[in-house]
Amino acid sequence: MMSDILAQLGAFWADLPLIVRIVVGILTIVVPLLIGMAMLTYFERKVMAAMQLRQGPNMVGPFGLLQPFADGLKLLSKETVVPTQANAGVFFAAPMLTFLLALVAWAVIPFGEGLVLADINVGVLYLFAISSLGVYGIIMAGWASNSKYAFLGGLRAAAQMVSYEVSIGLVIITVLLCVGSLNLSKIVEAQKTVWFFIPLFPMFIIFFISALAETNRAPFDLPEGESELSGGFNVEYSSMTFALFFLGEYINMILMSGMTTVLFLGGWLPPLDIAPLNWIPGPLWFIAKITFVLFCFIWVRATLPRYRYDQLMRLGWKVFLPFSLIWVVLTSGVLVYFDLLPK
Amino acid sequence: MTLTTIAFYAFAIVLLASAVRVITAKNPVHSVLFLILAFFNAAGLFVLIGAEFVAMILVIVYVGAVAVLFLFVVMMLDINFQELRQGFMQYMPVGLVVGAILAVELVFLATTQLAGGPVGGQANNAPIPPVDQMTNTEAIGHILYTDYVYAFQVSGLILLVAMIGAIVLTLRSRPGVRRQQIGQQLDRKRGEVVQVRKVPTRGGV
Repeated sequence: MMSDILAQLGAFWADLPLIVRIVVGILTIVVPLLIGMAMLTYFERKVMAAMQLRQGPNMVGPFGLLQPFADGLKLLSKETVVPTQANAGVFFAAPMLTFLLALVAWAVIPFGEGLVLADINVGVLYLFAISSLGVYGIIMAGWASNSKYAFLGGLRAAAQMVSYEVSIGLVIITVLLCVGSLNLSKIVEAQKTVWFFIPLFPMFIIFFISALAETNRAPFDLPEGESELSGGFNVEYSSMTFALFFLGEYINMILMSGMTTVLFLGGWLPPLDIAPLNWIPGPLWFIAKITFVLFCFIWVRATLPRYRYDQLMRLGWKVFLPFSLIWVVLTSGVLVYFDLLPK
Repeated sequence: MTLTTIAFYAFAIVLLASAVRVITAKNPVHSVLFLILAFFNAAGLFVLIGAEFVAMILVIVYVGAVAVLFLFVVMMLDINFQELRQGFMQYMPVGLVVGAILAVELVFLATTQLAGGPVGGQANNAPIPPVDQMTNTEAIGHILYTDYVYAFQVSGLILLVAMIGAIVLTLRSRPGVRRQQIGQQLDRKRGEVVQVRKVPTRGGV
């Protein structure tokens, strides 16, 4: 009975025109993503409050659950201020670009077996390309605002993101060596025996720290360091333009957590393929793992002080780069020696 | 008209329009931004002909790294735009000649390729694998690491030399600059830096 209905639904779905299927697919990713992003801001404030022995938001709605929506409404109703000397076209393009890039990357993320909008062969490269484009939103915002603080923030962001992309690239290469494919679904399937964070533990740590730097999160939030740049690249932005940056940053956080999950934590796979664990559907495992990584993001923010700029650069270029390069050589050496290379 | 055709014309039109804007834009930062848009649309065209690996590498290398450095430099420079425009007519003939040579080369390449002849003298005898058996990432890997491995390694070496050259040119050790020596800091022992003294009352250290 149930399978009949499912089969009919499947047939109905296959009969729909391609454009309808794509639009429905996009909406089923983007709408939960935006709600998830709103919940992430709430989650962050609550978790940090708990770590600092405070209450956190608790007034709007039950347990303060509607706080993010109230904040969004407030931002919507504010006035958009454009500085007189600003370069208007670039000034407005920057937040749109940031938001757009944060969303398009989700096209290739596999939520479960076969649950992916675009199952392309070069999924990892696509994600890497999109995340390397993210720097433009910030650098354009910093330049177009025509303000010292914004410009300095933009320059810092550009240097920081370019530096940490190098180590992220090398970490991805080590994972790819163990998989033998650039397809994200294949990467998850290759972790059926063991999740990659166990054999590649140092790479997992490097990837996580680089992800913090790539998303400009504490302790690497120098581009928006409020104590020295009074807000950094988004100092001149208000209302919806600011909201778009905010949305972009948080969706990027979720994206980087998703990447960590796919590359190291076995994507939609349960920890062990035994009875009670594999009853839970794959997408739920995926979301649970993303939430765990996001919790670590927030945990780090609540714990560590901000890095100094020269120390940040030193960490990226003089520590992570050589270390991950050595690990690439080591991993490929081990794989070749023990004849473990994927065919 | 299929979706692919529409996508092709959209990418091609935006590519050409932004390429024109690269050389006509008054503000150099706008020029670089249009250049990035042009790169991006070229990547779109690569995807349409099924070369997704090349497309992604184009975005990662040129848009993600090279153009960021361009933008960096152009933003930091304090250029007088009016002065920059003045030499335009003077350099125009040279530009036209270079453009013409490039156009002839492209036409030549396209016509020989269509006629099925070898490109670049050396014919590649390896059979081209069918698309359904091998992704183009694998296909490029198979050619790059077998037939052209020396050329590939040499190009990597050239880039390394360029990088070291840039570092040598800019690295200077200025005397009197105090830097943080993290190794030294971590190397300190408690006995070297902490002294426990008995301070006599009213005597001081």
